[in-house]
Parts: sequence; structure tokens; C-alpha cells
Amino acid sequence: MPDFLTAYLQSNVTPGEAGSAFWALIYVLIVFAGISVAVMAMNWLERKALAHFQIRLGPMRVGPHGLLQPIADAIKLLTKEDIVPSAADKFVFWLAPLIILCASFTTYIVVPFGRAHAITDLNIGILFMLGVSSLSVLGVVMAGWASNSHYPLLGALRSSAQMVSYEIAMGLAVVSAVLMTSLNPSGTGTLSMIGIVQAQEAQQTWFVFKFFPLGFIALGVFAIAMVAETNRAPFDLPEAESELTAGFHTEYSGLRWSLFMLGEYAAMIAVSSIAVTLWLGGWLRPFPHWLAGQSWDLVFSLFPGLLFLGLAAIAFVGVGRMPKHPYFKIQTAGLAGFGAVLGLIGVVLFIPPVRDRVQDIFWFIAKVAVFMYLYIWYRATFPRYRFDQLMKVGWKVLLPVALGVLLLTAVAGILF
Amino acid sequence: MEALGQISTLHYLVLAAALFVLGVIGVLTRRNVVIILMSIELILNAVNLNLLAFSRLYGLHGQVFSIFVITDAAAEAAVGLGIIIAFFRNKETVNVDEVDLMKW
Amino acid sequence: MQPVATTFFFYLLAGLAVLGGVLVITRRNAVHSALALILTLLSLAGLYLMLYAPFVAGVQIILYAGGIMVLFLFVIMLVSIEKSQKEEQFNKLWLVGLLAAIALGGLFIGVYVKGKALFPEAKVVLEEGNNTQGIADYLYGHYLFTFEIASLLLLVAIIGAVVMAKKRI
Repeated sequence: MPDFLTAYLQSNVTPGEAGSAFWALIYVLIVFAGISVAVMAMNWLERKALAHFQIRLGPMRVGPHGLLQPIADAIKLLTKEDIVPSAADKFVFWLAPLIILCASFTTYIVVPFGRAHAITDLNIGILFMLGVSSLSVLGVVMAGWASNSHYPLLGALRSSAQMVSYEIAMGLAVVSAVLMTSLNPSGTGTLSMIGIVQAQEAQQTWFVFKFFPLGFIALGVFAIAMVAETNRAPFDLPEAESELTAGFHTEYSGLRWSLFMLGEYAAMIAVSSIAVTLWLGGWLRPFPHWLAGQSWDLVFSLFPGLLFLGLAAIAFVGVGRMPKHPYFKIQTAGLAGFGAVLGLIGVVLFIPPVRDRVQDIFWFIAKVAVFMYLYIWYRATFPRYRFDQLMKVGWKVLLPVALGVLLLTAVAGILF
Repeated sequence: MEALGQISTLHYLVLAAALFVLGVIGVLTRRNVVIILMSIELILNAVNLNLLAFSRLYGLHGQVFSIFVITDAAAEAAVGLGIIIAFFRNKETVNVDEVDLMKW
Repeated sequence: MQPVATTFFFYLLAGLAVLGGVLVITRRNAVHSALALILTLLSLAGLYLMLYAPFVAGVQIILYAGGIMVLFLFVIMLVSIEKSQKEEQFNKLWLVGLLAAIALGGLFIGVYVKGKALFPEAKVVLEEGNNTQGIADYLYGHYLFTFEIASLLLLVAIIGAVVMAKKRI
């Protein structure tokens, strides 16, 4: 095995800390490709889950159970005509989707997928994430203004007001979690994402259960604010189709529109990973102290492989239930191949070095996936808010609650 | 520390001076009051750069002070933009030249 | 960690900052000015990182670029810019402005070049690792009173902004 590979397998810090530019670059490529694939998968899953919520089938035509639908969508969007309105401000119109995309992808630099699996660990990690993700509001405002049209402008005004107001509640909730990291003998907290997870490890509890119910309320405030921050239902007023056609991206089409979508979903994953890191123990597996010991470690490290084997089993059940007509022969074979690939991944995940290396990534992604499912669930369940109600919730409910939780956390930290 | 020798504190100070001067020109010559406020932000940022360049030599006090400067900038922007909105509502313009009546 | 390729990044970021500054004061369209100012602010945040001030860089991004500039853009959209775009952009003070600029710039450069001996080089006293903790110690210790005054200032600013921007109180 080459030297750099063994050195990597033995290293226990992020490439940024180790100062190895090569591995940092590899990580950047892996993370960005992974996020793009996750966005496509999320696209399929959202349409499928929403359809089942509404007792429909959802995409069924392209590939078995519509599995190739995201690819078909991507091809459609890339080959579509890219229209720029004649009265638009060309440069700003061109710049806006790029800003949103850059803002949501840059945050992944500090997301800790595992102790050694982050691109780098910044001293100001969480501040960096909040700051860079708040830049995406600039892209929204620019897109709305540059389109030189009524609906986008109204959407952009709504969006900027909404994102700026919910950022405050979000920030206060984050501060109360950061305050909990300082509850150690030395009394110094940390803003670094990896440091926050390590603090939860040291205190032997996820911060969501710390000072119950204070951590839980803080997570609740954050979970509401993050939905508003990413402009998703039920807070999707900037793109309310019944009032504003499509909000700030009404005039966009083709590739640029798909960049907006990519940025939106990437931002959803980014804020979910903030919530997971701050309150749900990041990459830590469930019950690291209650169910400690080598045998429990082994049991929990089998989970990723088992999950993939289970998915493969579902795919094969699907193969059995495909119609037997010769018309479906290719589709059936495709689904069987998909199941075989999943099963193969599952088997690879049982090999010891891979198993130990991958399990913290698995737990992190599993927790993020819960939040992504919640996003779809909200969208299927809640009706949209009215704008004055939205502002009222942000300023008169979430902000005082977050402030109160912060104060009580400080008091509890002094007392206990 | 050889790498630092090439970019000295003087480089940062000259950059800060350039930004400060640009801000001053903007404040003195533009008519649009929004752009005048932006030029003031430019001046404040030049000051911040100065503070941080010296804080590298003399310790963290400069950084703490630059945080206070940013706080002031936020307060100034909020009040200034509030004044602009009130002004625009009364006179339908954002030109500072047309603010020449004390009362009407 | 040591900053890498300091010279290159300094000139890149400094160039972008000055370019943004020039665009701020020359653009006819206020939105373009605001975008140029954002460019300046972000490149200054990069320079702050090179000056061992990661916390201030983060605050700069989250407060300036993400907060104050959004407020600016919001207000520019509220006040109609079509009319002000067609008007004369500069007032008659350009001569005064130029003179002031030359005088100030000359003064600064002169003082810096003369006083070069005043700045000891390469005497870095800061560590990046606990920058945030160090700032917190000063902010809630030595500068506690100033901190409270700043919070009072913000309260006054909130009330003032609401009073001035609201039609009927």
C-alpha cells in the first residue's frame, strides 16, 4: 500500500489540521460530489414520499419505481433554453444563482462527518457556518431585483425580511448550545464543530437532553427557524405559488434554475447538519456510555452494512413484485442490478478496516436523514403561513423563547 | 515567520489608507444618500483594518475594539436607513442636495 | 496553522477590496454599489483571517455581509432608484473631494513611510487557536462597561429606527 494511504488510514485528525493539501482536496471533491448525489436522491425521495402521503404513486415511468427520474430531470434542465429577460440586469442576474450555490456549498468545509472526516476544523466553525449560510439571502435579493419583474421583487423582499428575522432566533438557539460546551472543569467553551461534538462526548450526553427540557426547547427553536431560513414549507412565502408564481426565481429557467434548486437542497442539508452537530451528538453512535464496551461497539458497527443489506432486500422484494410482462424485462433487470450493487456495498461495509472507518460517517448521515425526512413531512402536513403571522412567530414567539432558554441555560450552568 | 516579513504592517496600513480615502471621496462627492452611507461603511472598514493590523503586533485589544466598531456600524446603518426611508416618504427623493429646508 | 502563500493572497484580496471601493463610489446604480461594497467586505474578511483574527472575520461576514448589506439592499429596493439613476450623480464638490483625498492620502502615506521604524515587524503575539476565548476574556472582563454601553447603543438604535421608519406610531 502506498505511504500516503497508510498515513491517511492511521491519522486521526482532519486533513486541514494535518496540513495535507492533497487529502483536503480529495475530501472537498468527495464531499461536493456526495452532496450533489444526495440532492438528486433527495429530489426523488421527496417526490415519492409526497406522492405516498397523498395516496399517489409518484414517478413510476423512468426506471424501476422512477429511480432514474432525477437523471431525466437533470438532462431536461440542462438542455432547456436559458432565458434572460430583456429588461433584466444581465450581470446580477447571472451572478445570483452562483452566490446561492457558493454560499451553501462553502459551509460544508467545517461540517464534521466524523472525528477525522471533515475538510478542516476551524476555531470559529459554527460562526463560519452561520455566516456563510446567511450570505445566501444576498443571492435571493439579487435574483429578485435583477429579474426586473414584480413577482420576483416581492418574493425577494419577503425572503430577505424572513431570513434576516429568523437568523436572530437561530443564532440565540445556537449560543445556548455553545454555552453548554463550557460546562467542563476548565470553563472554556468552543465554537469549533468538532470541539462541540467532543464536548458532548466528554459530558456523556447529547445536548438535546442536557438540562432537560432546555436543550430540547433550543433544538425546537432551531428546527423551526431552520425551516424558515431555507424557505421551505410551511414558511415558503418567498415562493408561494398561489400568490407569487414562483417567487424570486420566477424568471429563471434551465441551468440557472437548477442551480437555485441545488443550492436550496444543499442549504437544507447544511442546516440539518448544524442541528445534528449541536444537539444530537454529531457522529457519536447512540448510547456510547450506557451501552459501552467492545461487544456493543461491534454490534453498533454492524449497522451500516445491515442497513444496506436491508435496502438490497427491499429492492429484491420489488423485483419479485414487478409485472411479469416482457415489456418490463429491462426495468426488472435494472432493479435487480440496483439491489445487487446495494448488497455489495453492504458486504464491503462489513470488512473490519472499512467498518471502523465508516461508522461515524454513517451515524452522522443517518441523523441528518431524519431531519431531511422531517422537511418532507412538514411540506405534506402544514398549510402555508400568512406573512404577518410569520413575522409574529419569528419576533414574538421564537425570539423570546430562545432568549429565555439562553438565560436559563446560563443559570443552570452556574447552579449544577 | 519569514512569510510575514514580505507582507508587513505597512502594506496593510497603506491598503487601509486607500480605502479610507475612497470613502472620503464618496462622502464628499456623491449625491445619493444611500451611497454616502455606504462610503461611511467603507471608512469604518478601513479603520477596522488598521486596528487589526496593529493588534497583530500589540495583542488582542485591537480586535475587541474592531468588534465595537462593527456594532456601531450596525447601529448607524439601522438609524441612517430609517432616516432615509422617512426622508424618501416626505420628499420622494434620495438626493442630499435637496435637503435644504429646516421646516416647511 | 501558518497562513500559506501570504504575498499572493494579500495582493489578490487587497486588489479586490480597492476595486470594490472604487466601484462603490462610481456606480450610477445603487444596487451595483452595494454589491461592490459586499465584495470589499468579503475580501477584508479574508485579510482579517491572514491577520490572525478569525473571530472578527466571522463577525464581519455574519454581521456586515449577511446583515447590514441586506438591510441596505432592502432600503434601496424600497426607495425607487429609476429616478435617481437618471439624475446627476456627483455634486459640485468634486474638486474639494479630490483635494481632500490627495491631502489625506499624502498625509497617510507620508506618516507611514516616515514612521516605518515605529512598527516592529514579525512580532506576532497572537495565537489563532484560542482567539475566540481571548476576545471573550477581554470583552466580558476588561471591556465589560464598554460592552454594556454598546448594548445600550443598540437598544437606542432599534428604537430610533422604528420611530423614524414607521408612518404612524
